[in-house]
Amino acid sequence: MVAYFTEIFTGLMSLFIGMGITFKEFFKPTVTVSYPYETLTMSARYRGHIELVENEEGNSQCVVCGLCEKACPSDCITLAGEKPEGGKKKVLTKYMLDFTKCSLCGSCVESCSFGAITFSKEYNLASTKKEDFYFDLLKRLEERNT
Amino acid sequence: MNSPILLQPDETFILNVGPQHPATHGVLRVKMEMNGEYIVNAETVIGYIHRMHEKMGELKTYPQFLMNLSRMDYLGALGYSHGHVLLVEKASGIVVPERAEYIRAIMVELNRIASHLFWFGAFVMDLGGFSPLMYALQDREHILDMLEAVTGSRLTYCYFRFGGLYNDVDDDFITAARQFIPRMRKSMKKYHKLVTGNIIFRKRLEGIAPLSKEMCRKYGASSAVARGSGINFDVRKNEPYSVYPEFDFDVPVYHECDSLARYMVRMDEIEQSLRIVEQGLDKLPGGPIMPDKKPKLIKPPVGDYYQAVETARGSFGIRLVSDGGKNPYRLKLRSPTYSNMHLFDEACRGMMIMDALAFMGSLDLVIPEIDR
Amino acid sequence: MRLTLLNVIVAVVLAIAFAALNAAYLVWAERRGAARIQRRPGPNINGPFGLLQPPLDGIKLMAKQLTIPGGADKIMFITAPVLAMFPAIMSFVTIPFSDTIVAKNMSVGVLMIFAFASMGSMSLLFAGWSSRNKYSMMSSVRAVSQAVAYEIPMLITTITVVMIAGSTDLMEIVHQQSRSILHWNIFPLLGNSHNLLMPFSFLIFFICTLAETNRAPFDLGEAESELVAGFHTEYGSMGFGLFFMGEYANIVIGSCMTTILFLGGWSCPFGLFPGVWWFILKLYLLIATFIWIRWTFPRTTIYGLLNLSWKILIPLSLFNLLFTAGLIKVF
Ligand code: SF4
Ligand code: SF4
Repeated sequence: MVAYFTEIFTGLMSLFIGMGITFKEFFKPTVTVSYPYETLTMSARYRGHIELVENEEGNSQCVVCGLCEKACPSDCITLAGEKPEGGKKKVLTKYMLDFTKCSLCGSCVESCSFGAITFSKEYNLASTKKEDFYFDLLKRLEERNT
Repeated sequence: MNSPILLQPDETFILNVGPQHPATHGVLRVKMEMNGEYIVNAETVIGYIHRMHEKMGELKTYPQFLMNLSRMDYLGALGYSHGHVLLVEKASGIVVPERAEYIRAIMVELNRIASHLFWFGAFVMDLGGFSPLMYALQDREHILDMLEAVTGSRLTYCYFRFGGLYNDVDDDFITAARQFIPRMRKSMKKYHKLVTGNIIFRKRLEGIAPLSKEMCRKYGASSAVARGSGINFDVRKNEPYSVYPEFDFDVPVYHECDSLARYMVRMDEIEQSLRIVEQGLDKLPGGPIMPDKKPKLIKPPVGDYYQAVETARGSFGIRLVSDGGKNPYRLKLRSPTYSNMHLFDEACRGMMIMDALAFMGSLDLVIPEIDR
Repeated sequence: MRLTLLNVIVAVVLAIAFAALNAAYLVWAERRGAARIQRRPGPNINGPFGLLQPPLDGIKLMAKQLTIPGGADKIMFITAPVLAMFPAIMSFVTIPFSDTIVAKNMSVGVLMIFAFASMGSMSLLFAGWSSRNKYSMMSSVRAVSQAVAYEIPMLITTITVVMIAGSTDLMEIVHQQSRSILHWNIFPLLGNSHNLLMPFSFLIFFICTLAETNRAPFDLGEAESELVAGFHTEYGSMGFGLFFMGEYANIVIGSCMTTILFLGGWSCPFGLFPGVWWFILKLYLLIATFIWIRWTFPRTTIYGLLNLSWKILIPLSLFNLLFTAGLIKVF
């Protein structure tokens, strides 16, 4: 009999304690970010999709060694280059990233010993079309320059 | 608990829980034969999110497979990567700088806390309380922010490398982690008041779904499932790896065998992980995070290697058979939830569906990790 | 007030409007309240403070197609949501909001409201049974056993109050409590009852109201983590909307009854300025408590719920009934 009433009592008390906690939380400020209206800056090491790095002339630093292509576990990178007439180094003519397959692992960036690719800070990526995620990085580089 | 009225076999019906069901937290399907609200028989059907990680392991070179491990268990990803890098380092004889090992341990423990927090929230939500999930996510967010600042991603990290780490931690991280520890301790008090002490919550878990020691052993259960049944087994203590022997922490063990015991083990583990992080930050040595001679091509010598680690979900084993080539000959992943989940079929017989789903929550299932 | 046809029509229309408005804005209040408890902003985009959210939700629901699952019992399936709303609206007709604001005061007001309230579980049974969904069926069976278990302590507690007041007329019950806070039925010091157990009666009544209206922590009927959405799993469009409105209308009625029976209706705690505003204040404070409770506690189990009713609430309320009867005899 005593146990019966103590259980009722302690049970009720535990409920009131719980309600006290939510009551306190009620008056605390909100902690969320209303996303499309406010945005956060991405941290310095944030890993978005990869992007070509430009040198002083606004061209890509890539020497078309193909190491990134080989390092990628998901075969997302397709690149091509050619030697311009009279030039010594190969020049990048095509750098395609298939972002549908990319796992953002960073192998490509690490494998490049010329610092030609880096992570972008882009995260607003949403589309209903698959084609929107085949990035032509060279074109993006040019667009950035203009 | 009450006991069901016995019915004829043709008076039962089949209830298909999942693959799209709010309680299964993923694409797990449970075929339940029901007698009213009581479960007569249950059969878990897995494989809806099978991604062939083991086969991928055979097809890819060692560094290329690094990122797959974090896709197995998206809540406690770093623990799985830890097992993989430790295994390959052991196989190919790479020595890891001490600082790197310390940072790894700190990161893994932070990740474990994040995972347990999410489990805590989701578990209480399974029981119908929604607010604790939000509070847990707030605390988890601090961890994810810290990890993002260091590793660059929030969930599927690719941070560990053979021989060390992708990049070093900075002072910001250390300050943030130091601030986080007391905040988390305060929150734990709040959770215990709001949830653990709550009579409704206790009534729903106490004495529900008792799992005997024998049963846990039979199915190879680990993590809180085994420790809640009085089996004192933690890979970090029993088969020490990395720098864990340097840390002073306890393995919470409860002998009640019920859902509440499993819950309490995980809640206590958060505190223990906090202790490890605290000590790790104190002891963090200086030095490089990668060996001086970066291993270029990883080709472990012919042999059979095994490494077990304690992840947030239990003891994760990874076995590598190498033929000396660039890719493993065979890579076997022993996922802890796979074993934990198979307890469900046997243990839930005769339970009511509410209790069974609460029990399922207490097993802490992450479906992609079961299916691999 | 003389009963004319016009009076009745106006009353019913007002009751529907009141119920619908309450339902719509209680959803808003619930979402905002829950958000505050969880430290989020809640709906805040449509209109100031998100106040346009409920009408927009209503438009969205109305614009959707009402699908009837194949093999469902059509007539029952369509009747169920109407049945969820109808008794709630009818109950509003007898509830006195103040001395003058009452559509039709009856000497058996208490009885009538309970009669209508028990119709509510019919709608759940219809919905669950006719949906041809195993989850819905299980939920409706739960809902009925829950309704049976909780109507008993609720009625016993009400009888206690009726005994103290000596009347089943809601007006009369309020009048007896109207002098000051110490005359309210919840506080036993002055007035008709000197029963020190009345606060517990109030608690029992409140718990039963929670269970009767299928609110958390007793929302076993729609336990979303087990039964997907319970009895309204198969309902879309306005069918779902009606269930929702019915649920909130029931909450309002439950709170109205608690206010009238225990908290002195429209009377002021200090005997000053009695009026409908006091009623509204008490009503919404109670509803806020409903919301607060919902976002704090986990759900009970079905057997936990029945145990609570049969092992704790019914014995206690029966004891209280006998105790009160004894007190009335003695004093
Ligand atoms: S981040 Fe990884 S997956 Fe993505 S392109 Fe680079 S190497 Fe390939
Ligand atoms: S590794 Fe660097 S330099 Fe070589 S192809 Fe890739 S981006 Fe160009």
